[in-house]
Amino acid sequence: MANTTFRTCPDTGLKLFSTTETLIKANAVLGVVFLLIGGTYGLFVGLTRWQAVHLLNAQDFYMVLTLHGLNVLIFWLIFFEIAVLYFASSVLLGCRLATPKWAWTGFALMLIGAVMNNVIVLQGNSTVMMTSYVPMAADPLFYLSLILFAVGALIGCFVFFGTLVVAKAEKSYEGSVPLVTFGAITAAIIAVFTIVSGAIILIPTYLWSIGVVSEINTLAYRLIWWGFGHSSQQINVAAHVSVWYVIAAVLFGARPLSEKVSRTAFLMYILFLQLASVHHLLVDPGTSSNFKMFNTSYAMYLAVMASMVHGLTVPGAIEAAQRARGHRDGMFTWLRKAPWGNPTFSGMFISLVGFGFLGGITGVVMGAEQINILIHNTLYVPGHFHATVVLGTTLAFMALTYWLVPVLFRRELILKGLARWQPYLFGLGMTGVSLFLMGAGTLGVPRRHWDIGFAGTGGITHEFPAAAYTMLALNGMSVILAVIGGAAFCVIIVGSLLFGKKLGNEKISPPIIAQPVTDEEYNADGGSAYAIPGTMALAMIFFVSFALYYFINWKYLAETWGIA
Amino acid sequence: MSNLLPPATKIWWNEPIHRNELIWISLVFVWGLIMTFMMPYWHVVGKQNLGTETYKSTPAEFQLKVQEFVDKFTVRNEGPRNYPVVAPPAGGDVYMLARLWEWWPILELKKGETYRFHLSSLDWQHGFSLQPANINIQVVPDHEHVFSLTPNATGEYSVICNEFCGVGHHLMIGKILVVE
Amino acid sequence: MKDQDQTESGQVPMMQKLLDNPFLLLFIGVASPSILYLGWGLAEIFTLPVR
Repeated sequence: MANTTFRTCPDTGLKLFSTTETLIKANAVLGVVFLLIGGTYGLFVGLTRWQAVHLLNAQDFYMVLTLHGLNVLIFWLIFFEIAVLYFASSVLLGCRLATPKWAWTGFALMLIGAVMNNVIVLQGNSTVMMTSYVPMAADPLFYLSLILFAVGALIGCFVFFGTLVVAKAEKSYEGSVPLVTFGAITAAIIAVFTIVSGAIILIPTYLWSIGVVSEINTLAYRLIWWGFGHSSQQINVAAHVSVWYVIAAVLFGARPLSEKVSRTAFLMYILFLQLASVHHLLVDPGTSSNFKMFNTSYAMYLAVMASMVHGLTVPGAIEAAQRARGHRDGMFTWLRKAPWGNPTFSGMFISLVGFGFLGGITGVVMGAEQINILIHNTLYVPGHFHATVVLGTTLAFMALTYWLVPVLFRRELILKGLARWQPYLFGLGMTGVSLFLMGAGTLGVPRRHWDIGFAGTGGITHEFPAAAYTMLALNGMSVILAVIGGAAFCVIIVGSLLFGKKLGNEKISPPIIAQPVTDEEYNADGGSAYAIPGTMALAMIFFVSFALYYFINWKYLAETWGIA
Repeated sequence: MSNLLPPATKIWWNEPIHRNELIWISLVFVWGLIMTFMMPYWHVVGKQNLGTETYKSTPAEFQLKVQEFVDKFTVRNEGPRNYPVVAPPAGGDVYMLARLWEWWPILELKKGETYRFHLSSLDWQHGFSLQPANINIQVVPDHEHVFSLTPNATGEYSVICNEFCGVGHHLMIGKILVVE
Repeated sequence: MKDQDQTESGQVPMMQKLLDNPFLLLFIGVASPSILYLGWGLAEIFTLPVR
């Protein structure tokens, strides 16, 4: 049976079943294609928001913004995540993929859904943004395309769970699954809730759009849609944290500081991360403050605690591994000696810092029930999620891809000099996008808005401070930088797949995977490797920034009108 | 073993946690409790807590009520679109409606007085964004949202729409005037 | 050999058993937000008073 043929990777020793390998390649490559499409749309959005350039007309701007959101937030990330799920199950557990025919069916549905969605939106009568809030209606095929995509992704999740069963039954591993696989399980569980929520709301909305159902409750739509829309971003969090752990292992041979702590942190995600869907409903009518406060706090911030734990244990595991391997001097020698010229490392580290400092802190702060009054639907919100989903998730996935190309495709990377700089370029550009959008949002600039100069309103205008215009211009420039970085990534990856030097079955030198750090290495010098003073110092800087920013925002809130 | 391999020991749950991890976990747990406490605390001592009083309604019903309110308290007509400027009694009910693509009517409020706001949409979803006070509230059709606002400074405030509502979204702008 | 396996699995702490069971995790991971977020929220939205 074809499904049992495999090769052993000469570099990593991983067992790669041919069906798994093909599916991972197909999903990852299509992900990159949709990143390219969605990123290009992003360029148009940024250049239109720059008021002095104002590239597109209003109609095109709103259409392109709809396409930008769907292609990058949904299609790119979920295609890549399916690849991560197959990697974390079949490859890491060393067993065949369950039901490859279903995996291909899911893949086909996702592809059809994504292409159909682009075509429908481009026709112009489905300019409804990613959120498609009722009663604003899109073409029925718009909802149908999303349903097809979601069903395909759900099939992918169940192929993943099936593969876990196969691995256990065939005893392809001993004891518990690896930590990275556990992270992938977390992502898949969140994905199931996400997709089920999507189905619960999109199927009736489709029926409404073709006239079978007479009405969709507008508040219920928002509630359930965000169970889909926000939770899908939580899949990203669980997935990119897993990718951080992968990269810590392949570059440094790191093991978790503690299996118990890291896994319990993932359990907090499973239980509570999805409650944050309420972040979008904090200034909605219809639901009580108790409901809002409980859900927005992820049940007492336990899921935030989990992210802060991963934020410590990922660099902590790297520090411990580096110290065990001899970089023991001072606080930061371990970090200075890290391979900053390797895009897999630099991408991962920028992702970690950017997600934590820019995305994480702002997300929690604006998720406080009352502080949300200041930022709901302003540009602050896209500013925040460009830090989480682009700087955090997308950059982590890019970093992993650099490592996967030689492993899966047996091709050497081309343009290594460019690859060395790519994460910095993209990271810098996206940091700018995130900061300047948040800056504009703080000044009250609305999101999804074509013209904050209010030309054409017949004389009723509002004057935003000049700083808002400056922010949007700086955002436009940052977008250009980020798009150059993103395009460089696509060129390097696609170019490597087509023209990279074939590697064959020879071992690559220098090796692309570090040997796992051994017990003896960890325990040398009285086990001092585990002291991780550098990581603790970084964590404390993070904590102080977080607390300051949190209370500053309460102070801002206290200065506005009374609201009750 | 490495992150990519199964744990080295069969029973890993009982392994001790490193001291630094424990310190960090305790710190962030306490921080979580502080943040959990802040929201209910602000409901008690803070002056910015958006009310959640909501009624099921219909666009027609709501429009009728807004019209009644405008008829009763209009003091003049003003501006490029000749909108009614409505000055309700201090501390009373005020109505504002959102529709494609306008906020209606213009309100004239007194600084320091508390008003009961009634807000809804006649068609799609909109976003009530009061600038430069930076107060942002989702406006959803079929639901009448009632909350109170207390202006704390005089001046001309803009209400802009920050929920996408079709191709005229960026044309949707209204006014609230605050006087002594 | 078999006996040894059994005694070992008998000693596995409850929490580790939970974390080693993806399907139990799937159940609680879907149930938790379905009840706390969707269920609670819909209950409030569908019991709003009519004016």
